[in-house]
Amino acid sequence: MSNFNKTELKKVLPTGEDLGGAKQEFNITVYTENQIGLLNRIAIIFTRRKINIDSLNTSPSEVESIHRFNIVITEYEEVVRKLCRQIEKQVEVLKVYYHTNEDVIWQELALYKVSTDVIAEKVSVERLLRENGARAVVIRKDYTVFETTGHREETDNLISILQPYGLIEFVRSARVAIIKDSDGFNSKIREFERLEPGEDVIENEFLNDGDKVFTM
Amino acid sequence: METQTIAKEEIGEIAEKSVKSQEVSGSVALLEALITEGVETIFGYPGGAIMPIYDALYDYNDKIEHILVRHEQGGIHAAQGYARTSGKVGVVFATSGPGATNLVTGLADAQIDSTPLVCITGQVFAHLLGTDAFQETDVINITTPVTKWNYQVTDANELPEVLAKAFYIARSGRPGPVLIDITKNAQIQKFQFKGYTSCNHIRSYRPKPIVRPQYIQQAAELINSAKKPFILFGQGVILGGAEKEFQAFVEKSGIPAAWTVLGAGAIPTDHPLNVGMLGMHGNYGPNVLTNSCDVLIAIGMRFDDRVTGRLDKYAKQAKVIHLDIDPAEIDKNVKSTVPVWGDCKETLPLLTAAITQKTHPEWLQQFHDHTKQEIDLVIHDELNPTEGEMTMGEVIKQLNEITKGEAIIVTDVGQHQMVACRYAKFNHTRSNVTSGGLGTMGFALPAAMGAKYGAKDKTVVAIIGDGGFQMTLQEMGTIMQDQIDIKIIILNNRFLGMVRQWQELFNEKRYSFVNMQSPDFVKLAEAYGIRGKSISDREALPETLQEMLSHKGPYLLEVMVKQENNVFPMVPQGCSVAEIRLK
Repeated sequence: MSNFNKTELKKVLPTGEDLGGAKQEFNITVYTENQIGLLNRIAIIFTRRKINIDSLNTSPSEVESIHRFNIVITEYEEVVRKLCRQIEKQVEVLKVYYHTNEDVIWQELALYKVSTDVIAEKVSVERLLRENGARAVVIRKDYTVFETTGHREETDNLISILQPYGLIEFVRSARVAIIKDSDGFNSKIREFERLEPGEDVIENEFLNDGDKVFTM
Repeated sequence: METQTIAKEEIGEIAEKSVKSQEVSGSVALLEALITEGVETIFGYPGGAIMPIYDALYDYNDKIEHILVRHEQGGIHAAQGYARTSGKVGVVFATSGPGATNLVTGLADAQIDSTPLVCITGQVFAHLLGTDAFQETDVINITTPVTKWNYQVTDANELPEVLAKAFYIARSGRPGPVLIDITKNAQIQKFQFKGYTSCNHIRSYRPKPIVRPQYIQQAAELINSAKKPFILFGQGVILGGAEKEFQAFVEKSGIPAAWTVLGAGAIPTDHPLNVGMLGMHGNYGPNVLTNSCDVLIAIGMRFDDRVTGRLDKYAKQAKVIHLDIDPAEIDKNVKSTVPVWGDCKETLPLLTAAITQKTHPEWLQQFHDHTKQEIDLVIHDELNPTEGEMTMGEVIKQLNEITKGEAIIVTDVGQHQMVACRYAKFNHTRSNVTSGGLGTMGFALPAAMGAKYGAKDKTVVAIIGDGGFQMTLQEMGTIMQDQIDIKIIILNNRFLGMVRQWQELFNEKRYSFVNMQSPDFVKLAEAYGIRGKSISDREALPETLQEMLSHKGPYLLEVMVKQENNVFPMVPQGCSVAEIRLK
């Protein structure tokens, strides 16, 4: 009686095609109130769907008392769109946007700890710094800490360069991203504070510009 | 001189209003807040960490009714039942640790079924947080995925504002459960209580949008040009209090309308355009014709998988108009052609005004033709058996004949639930209380208690299976103590019937742990001082139901029904709605 077998299951599960092309990196920007527990509320929206968060950064925003989350995930656009709606549904979230890497200016910061002896003996520190845009943050007798800021490929590149020379420690920060096509949140927040908000805040603009930028 | 007198009087009035200008404890402020919010009934269970609140409650006995349940899960289901029949926010009290964790099932149920609740849990002293203190548990983090909002109060000064937010969030927009965890020190702490002001605005929270006329216009154009339009409605119509607006829309458009399990009763069962139930065990016509309609109008429903069956074969031919207050539901499962985001209380009248008056007699006839087939192959035998054991369907049919659709029907989860929803008659909105999204066995008995408090002048009938009844039967104690006038019908097939049905149909009758032995339910009722009767004889059914319904006070009726009976029609999992089976 059951029509349910494994080949059918494959058909039932959505494929990349159904979900709008291939998986790619998306930058999700979330403007929120500063509230304990909100980080968890947002994080479980991803974990519930078994979606890995590649990078997560929380920071103040251009508006006093409003926090800004930058979240990076690799997913289908359709999935990202639905996730964003679930995030925006949370009471303390004001607004959610998602963008591809092309739509944002983004940076990650990385620190590298290397033995000072090795560096001094085997490589030209100067050349290293110049080629990779790195700068020494601390130079001590026993170790030196370099810092670079840039895209993932750039910070990754320096790892491979330093690895043969005994890279002692490496750490990279979460991504921070500025939206190219954004006027900021200062004007929006005033609308939010009004009892009867104007259309641009309360309307789900995605219904008009569904194909372009996600915003509700 | 005169002005001075007035000022004095005003001061007197303010002071008289309540204890507002005084120094009060957090517990007293909480109870004052509940009273201002119009709370009349609380379901709860005391314990160490919530004792200061219960101590304050001692003096509020004349202002707030508190029902002592037998288990916190019973308390929260009762609050759900209360919220569902009354339309008000249900309130639950529970202590920390196990008290709070016992709420989780009810919270998940209320979250998925959009039931407005405010749950107050006690918590250990703030200085003990994180020390694994006695009965300490991380309630906020445990309940985050199953609440619309939650908050931990550690200082009494926060209480008035937090409670105001809690009630506002619970009942506005798409309603849902809110949990407020209050540390014991905040309950005891005296603070300057400046009075309670209810909340109507949170800057980061938009419960509903401004309706945009262009989408109403687009929707109306689609509807006006449709040849075979079809309405699907859900609980959103009820939650929005838009039953009248909905009926007006249905009648002007002349479009056949089918309901989800939680939408039942939004328009009367007998309405000529009500064509029946959607979904896995819904009616034949609504399921099959979903894949024939040209415009699908979904109102306050969320295309649950039990409604849609296989999504990639669901209404692919149709243009979809989706009315919902929650933007996260629009395009979640089914892509809409025209999204009408908004409160249906506002959008429906606009849509009704924009459409032309129409009838669709030929299209409606198709539903009637399918109904006839379903009657011949399924319904007739289910409702009118002449020999063998009784069927669940005939019990519901007999019940309808006495209650005439005026009763509130509370159901549990499983075969009896599907049968009751399919066949029970509802004349009024808020008459059908069941666990829809979560499918919580054990829901019905406590929910029926709350349903009665929420609609005291109504007859409340709980229809429960032998399995589900045994999950929360401790609430018989609450029913006894408060003499809660509910009528309990246990449809006993000595099986976990729905699982057995699946095992019969899909697992070659390998009946794996579905055979269930039950106690003597009548003796059990007697032990609780509740009148009980068990029948297995068809002839006794009408008079026993009559006896039950005319009995003053609670009554338990066990009806022995056919052991291996299946609920049909059925859309097997993984099949399209058009592949619904009649046998």
